[in-house]
Amino acid sequence: MIFFELAKRNLRLHLFRSILAVLGVIIGVTSITAMGILGAGIVLFISEDLTKVSDTLVVSPHVGGAMGFSTANDRITDRQFEQIKRAAAPSLAVPVYQTSDRMSVGSEETAGIIYGLDPKDMPVFLDIKEGSMLRGSSGAMVGARFAEDNKLKVGSLIGVRDKGTLRVSAILKERGMGFDINPDYGIVVSSKWFQDSYNRKEYDSVIVKVKSLDEIDSTKKTIEKALNRGRETVVDVVDTRKIMETILDSFSRISLFTTAIGGISLVVAGVSILNVMLMSVTERTREIGIMRSIGAKRKEVRRMFLYEALLLGLIGSGIGAVLSVFAGLLVSQVMLQTTRFVFAPSSMIYILYGMAFGVGTCLLSGFYPAWKASDLNPIEALRHE
Amino acid sequence: MNGGTPLIEFERVSKVYPHPAGNVVALDNATLSIMTGEFVAIMGPSGSGKSTLLNLIGGLDVPSTGVLRIEGADVSTLTDDQLTELRRDRIGFIFQQFNLFPLLTARENIEFPIMLACGKRECGQRPHQLFSAVDLPEDSYERRPSELSGGQQQRVAIARALINDPALLLCDEPTGNLDTKTGNGIMELLLGMNRRGKTIVMVTHDPKIAEFAERTIHIRDGRVE
Ligand SMILES: Nc1ncnc2c1ncn2[C@@H]1O[C@H](COP(=O)(O)OP(=O)(O)O)[C@@H](O)[C@H]1O
Ligand SMILES: [Mg+2]
Repeated sequence: MIFFELAKRNLRLHLFRSILAVLGVIIGVTSITAMGILGAGIVLFISEDLTKVSDTLVVSPHVGGAMGFSTANDRITDRQFEQIKRAAAPSLAVPVYQTSDRMSVGSEETAGIIYGLDPKDMPVFLDIKEGSMLRGSSGAMVGARFAEDNKLKVGSLIGVRDKGTLRVSAILKERGMGFDINPDYGIVVSSKWFQDSYNRKEYDSVIVKVKSLDEIDSTKKTIEKALNRGRETVVDVVDTRKIMETILDSFSRISLFTTAIGGISLVVAGVSILNVMLMSVTERTREIGIMRSIGAKRKEVRRMFLYEALLLGLIGSGIGAVLSVFAGLLVSQVMLQTTRFVFAPSSMIYILYGMAFGVGTCLLSGFYPAWKASDLNPIEALRHE
Repeated sequence: MNGGTPLIEFERVSKVYPHPAGNVVALDNATLSIMTGEFVAIMGPSGSGKSTLLNLIGGLDVPSTGVLRIEGADVSTLTDDQLTELRRDRIGFIFQQFNLFPLLTARENIEFPIMLACGKRECGQRPHQLFSAVDLPEDSYERRPSELSGGQQQRVAIARALINDPALLLCDEPTGNLDTKTGNGIMELLLGMNRRGKTIVMVTHDPKIAEFAERTIHIRDGRVE
């Protein structure tokens, strides 16, 4: 169609101006899309952990009672554990000891978290990278990061302050962020060794692995009812899924915010396109007058200018889409340390969104100039110098 | 002269332009008709209303009062799109400043009205015949207007005006921007078109140019004399 050809040639005639206008669209589309890709990546990243630990309840002693008075105990007694176990049945309840202490590896001093678990419960949480699962009461398994930082191998010795020396039986697989236990930067010992070394029987927390996700709420309620009798709150039961959902929620709000920033740059691009097109209408007033006088209808004149806006939008969005893949890879690498979510469908859809926004903004900015052009009186337009 | 119904018919037509310092009566109560096949010149001093008259004939403007009929149709009853189609299909415009599209080649300029009429990029074979009919050299087909001489540009404009085979050619000072020799060439071309049946209405202030026409309408202060 000749109007499309005219739009194309006019953009080429004013190449510099057109490039500037397109640049705005490129920036807008790229930032919207890259932020969308990052946001989707964050959601996927969190969701991965979410499914991993969403079957978990963490029961911990209630700290800081009303008005700052601390409640009676800050540990979970054996009796309380038995109550939790009964309330949670048939789900598995695992008592956990936890502390942090100074340690030594050879002549190096270090520190880390120490978890005490019953060896029979260990397979529930832990995967071994090398070595073998702890069996007796002595020995330790070390977290992946801790082993790396301290150059530990299976068979190495770790001294725990004055408590004794432990032989490394296994290096654990990296577990990542978790809400039950985080052994990556610490060691795992048997509960027997822990009890003997730290001279206590009370637990720090109890982790309940629920059999099916539907039971999370009911199990949580049953535990709370069994232990928090009357007015006194003895334990807090935290549903890890809730925590994850809260974090997910705030992350998606962050990504909404960053997408909004991309939106603002598109608005700026829209204004610059509006400007370029209004300039074009003014410059071509006489041409519009000629067209109208030799038989171009209002809607045809309008279409010619909309083609111009559409072209700017398509070029800008196309380049922006390509750039946003690179930008998405970059921000994902920086923010999430991984790019494996960039090409997921839920990330890639943002390219379509970004392009749609880019083209939409251009068309929107083109409407007023196009209408203005088509509304010109042909006689007056012809007189225009 | 043809005896049939007039192609153009003015009945007590006035055109008033609103103006802050009193309205301007550009055309005052004009009654006239132009028959099919005529070659009419419109003469008068600057500001007398020649262009206004021509714009009305061409359906670019509508009367403030009175009745104007083009090919029997009362223009006041036509919509903007209908008037546009009338200009596109039945009327060819030729301007003093040629008014070609600078971004299109000579061929594309000439083809432009067909593309408006049939909506496609390629449409019909008429441009070729027209190039020779308006006596344009072959090497000018793919040139842009800025690469053509004034006379060549006006020939392109005439070819563009003729391409949809209109009944009526309207020319506003067609030789105004050309030297006498080139202007006479253009006038010979128009005269030939008239002999082949086109009705021509031409505004001019040059009596020598007006001599090419068979009838001259004089206008002064918006009044047809
Ligand atoms: N759009 C307009 N608005 C106001 N006045 C106009 C307009 N067009 C023409 N006129 C006035 O109408 C009169 C006739 O103008 P015009 O038809 O262009 O004269 P000519 O072509 O004979 O020089 C002039 O006084 C001119 O100033
Ligand atoms: Mg005039």
